Amino acid sequence: MSKFIEIKNLSFSYPGDSQNPCVPVLHDINLEIDKGEFVAILGRNGSGKSTLAKLLNLILVPSSGTVSVGGKLLSSDMSEEEIIEVRKCIGMVFQNPDNQLVATVVEEDIAFGPENLGVEPEEIRRRVDQALEIVGMTEFAKHSPHQLSGGQKQRIAIAGIIAIMPECIVFDESTAMLDPHGRKEVMRTIETLNREKGITVITITHNMEEAVCADKVVVIDHGTIVKQGSPKEVFSRPEELWGLGLSVPQVTELFDMLRCLGAELPEGVISEEEGAQLLFELLRS
Amino acid sequence: MAVLLRDITLGQFFPGNSLLHKTDPRYKIIIAMVYIVSLFLAKGVLSYALVLVFTFAMIIFSGIPLRIVVRGFKALMFIIAFTAILNIFWTKGENLIFEYKFIKIYAEGVTYAVFMILRLLCLLTGSSVLISYTTSPIALTYGIEKLLAPLNLIKVPVHEFSMMMTIALRFIPTLIEETDKIMSAQKARGADFTSGGIIKRAKALIPILIPLFVSAFRRADELAVAMECRCYNGGKGRSKMTKLKTKPLDIIMLLVFSAFTAGIILLNGITLF
Ligand SMILES: Nc1ncnc2c1ncn2[C@@H]1O[C@H](COP(=O)(O)OP(=O)(O)O)[C@@H](O)[C@H]1O
Ligand SMILES: [Mg+2]
Repeated sequence: MSKFIEIKNLSFSYPGDSQNPCVPVLHDINLEIDKGEFVAILGRNGSGKSTLAKLLNLILVPSSGTVSVGGKLLSSDMSEEEIIEVRKCIGMVFQNPDNQLVATVVEEDIAFGPENLGVEPEEIRRRVDQALEIVGMTEFAKHSPHQLSGGQKQRIAIAGIIAIMPECIVFDESTAMLDPHGRKEVMRTIETLNREKGITVITITHNMEEAVCADKVVVIDHGTIVKQGSPKEVFSRPEELWGLGLSVPQVTELFDMLRCLGAELPEGVISEEEGAQLLFELLRS
Repeated sequence: MAVLLRDITLGQFFPGNSLLHKTDPRYKIIIAMVYIVSLFLAKGVLSYALVLVFTFAMIIFSGIPLRIVVRGFKALMFIIAFTAILNIFWTKGENLIFEYKFIKIYAEGVTYAVFMILRLLCLLTGSSVLISYTTSPIALTYGIEKLLAPLNLIKVPVHEFSMMMTIALRFIPTLIEETDKIMSAQKARGADFTSGGIIKRAKALIPILIPLFVSAFRRADELAVAMECRCYNGGKGRSKMTKLKTKPLDIIMLLVFSAFTAGIILLNGITLF
């Protein structure tokens, strides 16, 4: 049985300008993602994360190698209906909430996706109400987007994707522009979607607390996957991540420092509760 | 700034629950046309009296405060004065009522000027009460799209036009906020937008316009990708969450306004003097 998303030997270059006619961005990427999985993609700016995301729903087309979604191979000679089918399956939420909302009324905006798909009016209404409920914004249905905070706008953008009913949602640094409060709201929404609604989540992020919640962490540098594994495995060697221009969760960093000072502590501690428990035991003994 | 934002996004829309607010935007556009045509049909004291009464009733029914409507007249002050002067001094008639050197004013000129002014004021009041004050821009856009839909057959891009309007309405507040931010940033660096002649001031705007344009293009780019990700493909096979449905109220409104036109035509035929 094939995986939900299968990326094989994928390479991609942007068509450049006259001086350098082709800008290679991704090299030989191999990645598999299961249905219902929660995957975090890390990597410094310009490492090719957004490019990878856009290759998943045919905004971009691979230069070489293959991407398949739900067993279907993506290619540039798919018909318009097939492309829409892929985009219906993989939703995408971007960084700047302002540049994703199209309508002047919240509920009209959420209806945009289903309307494009030609869904029946009553069904659109039902989906809009449901999406608003999932992101906890029901009372803002009639508001105008510019009256909302960043976190609220981003939740509306997410609701707009939920209304399309995708099997997978890619979040491309969707929490990066938000204040800590807005980030929490959005993170909670993302986790609900994955744990309760069973939606496959791929989140591109610089926020390590977000990556810790994932089932799998993928680290990209200069267009190649340099590390892949559970958060515990990936964060067990902080020096390596620092070398890639990334940080590690605060607990992990604290434990690393303590270990350097000679404390008998395990590697790869990523959750704060676990850390607190270990410290408590260390201090008691 | 907040006031300005409200003004631009809502236009002059006055949220409310009146019968005029509830009328279908498509019908309102048609009704407004009927009203304007009737206005130009009106001749003579009786029909003008009907126009005035009817227009006044419309304001009352819309629930728009009278002072708001009157405030709108200010914009027309110049045109009104111009029309009045032109008609009073240049119309020639039989009943001379004032003469001073080469200035001759006839009674006909005065009557004509009064009618012209009334017509202008009613035109403004009627169209703003029917359309701008009681219809939200988004409903108006949708109404126009639906009314113009037949033009699709001769390849007029009606959907694209309405999508453009919607996006423009959506982004105006965002871009105004951004302009505000850029202006503050440039002021903090010592830019001066308020002194000097017109050329100097225009030049001072360049450091605002350039970042604004750059950002607008970036936004447009991102929005286009986001729309594609949301399965947009140029409006083919698109449905709508809220369908416009003709209600009895819309038909009644149409009948009332048609009766108004008929009334004017009838009254035109009756001469008082
Ligand atoms: N449209 C484009 N044309 C040419 N080069 C691009 C384009 N978009 C991104 N790039 C380049 O591709 C590289 C990876 O970009 P991106 O995928 O956005 O990285 P990330 O999301 O990890 O920050 C960058 O070096 C960037 O300059
Ligand atoms: Mg990016």
